[in-house]
Amino acid sequence: MFKVMKKLTSFMAMVAVLFAFSTEAMAKKSKTLKNTQKKGFVRCGVSQGLPGFSNADASGNWTGVDVDVCRAVAAAVLGDANKVKFTPLSAKERFTALTSGEIDILSRNTTWTLSRDADIGLTFVGVNFYDGQGFMVRKNSGITSVNQFKNGISACTNIGTTTELNMRDFFNSRGISYEPVAFEKADEVVAAYDAGRCDTYTTDKSGLAAQRTKMKNPDEHIVLPETISKEPLGPVVRQGDAVWEDIVRWSLNTMIEAEEYGITSSNADSMKTSDNPAIKRLVGAEGELGAAFGLDNDWSLRIIKQVGNYGESYKRNIADPGILPDRGPNQLWTKGGILYVPPAR
Amino acid sequence: MNNKIKKILPQIITVLFVLGIFGFFTFNAQINMDNRGIDFGFGFLTQESSFDVQFSLIEYSGSHSYARAYLVGLLNTLLVSFISIIFCTILGVIFGVARLSSNYLIRNSAAWYVEFFRNIPLLLQIFFWYYAALRALPVPEKAGPWFGVTYMTIKGYYIPSFIWTNLDIFLYSILAVIISIIIISTYAKKLQENEGKQIPVFFISLGLIFVLPALTFFIGGVSLDFGIPVLKQLSKTSYVFDGGIGLPPELIALVLALSLYTSTFVAECVRAGIQGIGKGQKEAAASVGLTPNQILKLVVMPQALRIIIPPTTNQYLNLTKNSSLAAAIAYPDLVLVFAGTALMQTGKAIEIVSITMLTYLSISLAIAAIMNWYNKKIEIKEK
Repeated sequence: MFKVMKKLTSFMAMVAVLFAFSTEAMAKKSKTLKNTQKKGFVRCGVSQGLPGFSNADASGNWTGVDVDVCRAVAAAVLGDANKVKFTPLSAKERFTALTSGEIDILSRNTTWTLSRDADIGLTFVGVNFYDGQGFMVRKNSGITSVNQFKNGISACTNIGTTTELNMRDFFNSRGISYEPVAFEKADEVVAAYDAGRCDTYTTDKSGLAAQRTKMKNPDEHIVLPETISKEPLGPVVRQGDAVWEDIVRWSLNTMIEAEEYGITSSNADSMKTSDNPAIKRLVGAEGELGAAFGLDNDWSLRIIKQVGNYGESYKRNIADPGILPDRGPNQLWTKGGILYVPPAR
Repeated sequence: MNNKIKKILPQIITVLFVLGIFGFFTFNAQINMDNRGIDFGFGFLTQESSFDVQFSLIEYSGSHSYARAYLVGLLNTLLVSFISIIFCTILGVIFGVARLSSNYLIRNSAAWYVEFFRNIPLLLQIFFWYYAALRALPVPEKAGPWFGVTYMTIKGYYIPSFIWTNLDIFLYSILAVIISIIIISTYAKKLQENEGKQIPVFFISLGLIFVLPALTFFIGGVSLDFGIPVLKQLSKTSYVFDGGIGLPPELIALVLALSLYTSTFVAECVRAGIQGIGKGQKEAAASVGLTPNQILKLVVMPQALRIIIPPTTNQYLNLTKNSSLAAAIAYPDLVLVFAGTALMQTGKAIEIVSITMLTYLSISLAIAAIMNWYNKKIEIKEK
């Protein structure tokens, strides 16, 4: 018996060594970019339907500011902003889908936190929406501020989000006892709150504004003015592919910087003859910026032409549908907001 | 010798093959996790969970550990499974027997009940009961009392809480009752076998159950107070019940859906069991002078149970596993609390999913073991 065990162990060790070598070798060659170009589409994880951020219409077309990040990457690496395969994910599934390699970009109103960035094999590449957690209540409750919350209040929310943790911090620090009712899907949270199961619905304020439009009578609900947390939302990639990480980061940065320099989808071509070298670099008329990623020099021009700059994306997806007409902190740093990206040079 | 090798060799190859595949995936996973900077370990279980849970049988808050959160989820899963198993058994027996009734209306209503609830997907039924309950139940301030002190509202079913003093003495008295009932029934059986005398075991037990615990109230210093739920205003238009115990509507909807759905399968098991007993058995029993009640109790049921138990065990296992659908309606069971929130906060997918799988496996094996033991007990003992 002992002999058999010994043999088995050595066999297992051999198998281990063999596979260790083969996967190691594969990992070094494996570039998400290469795979993406071979497949011909970008695999992008989005929400299950959050108007303004990632939402599918009746014919399956995805729109939203989160969707536009993936489209920008597709325009940069494949030349066509429509070559994206969207995978709707619940809050619970999203990180596993990314780390297991089912998707290559997670652009799903995901809060950048230390533990997520450091712990679970993910890398956040930037912020495409500065948000904060808030509360929604029924108008007729007479509540106009979180200071009016009392012991025993029930709060509907999603599981697997920073919301659950912030909510606890908030209620605990104020010494208010509360009943958390946490659902897996956002639609069920809205349905339960709308049916009267909970006194308040809490999530990121952008989410509250978007979900309010889905309720039976949106006018019967208000979002309280207080913001109880910082929620910088941004796209995420897997750890271990620095080039891919850079491509996604700079695709997003390009959209923001294009707005800063006044480059839009309609005037991008004419900007090639601009006197400003920064603008010329952004539209690919100067420098060799794309080469660093293994892309051609028009990668950023394609993003601007096909997807538009950040301001266009915001207007199209969030402001025009009336979700959050005021850009608040999501305004350029030159216009009083906090959108500030490193220069593309 | 040659023959022996022929027999053993394929077995060895099969085992090695299976181990090889297992090894391949394990090592691959290990390397992939290394590449992505994910480390494997169970250290997170002792960390502070920092999230709260809506409904818990033990004391729990976000300042407790993830291990404690696991326990909360596990107990909630066991609670909903236990209650549902009891209800589905009662309903299943009633409808199973009703399907064999000679009364046309009863027989056919039971058949309709079984066909209806059996053929609608369980998840839909859970959603139906949950949202139906949310729409149909009154808000707290409009809920009239049921049985005087309980309130059925959209935010849950509120019942008085029990506030005991000297609970341990009361529990000892219950233990004493159980032991004495066992002694009496053993004695009664012997008396019946040796001298043919019968003593009214049932009534003696009933008396004991009431008298002994009641005595502890008078002389044991045991007392029981009730925490009555009281309506409390939260804002201009919303109220909540304070004090007492609140059973969340999620639990109620889940128990309803699970027990109705599973009871149809149990009903079919019961029907099959009873129909599996030959008519001759009943006729023979009647011919030796047993009453219809005695026939059912002494002749039909003991034999039918042997047919009923094994497939019913399967249904209990299914029910327990199906209880994991709870996550859809925010009932904080093992899947929602541990494989949901805890997994998301820690990112330990492999660890948490394996723990959860092992837990469900253990629960199922435990139920199967109990039912097998019961099955052994009632099977025919050849003399």
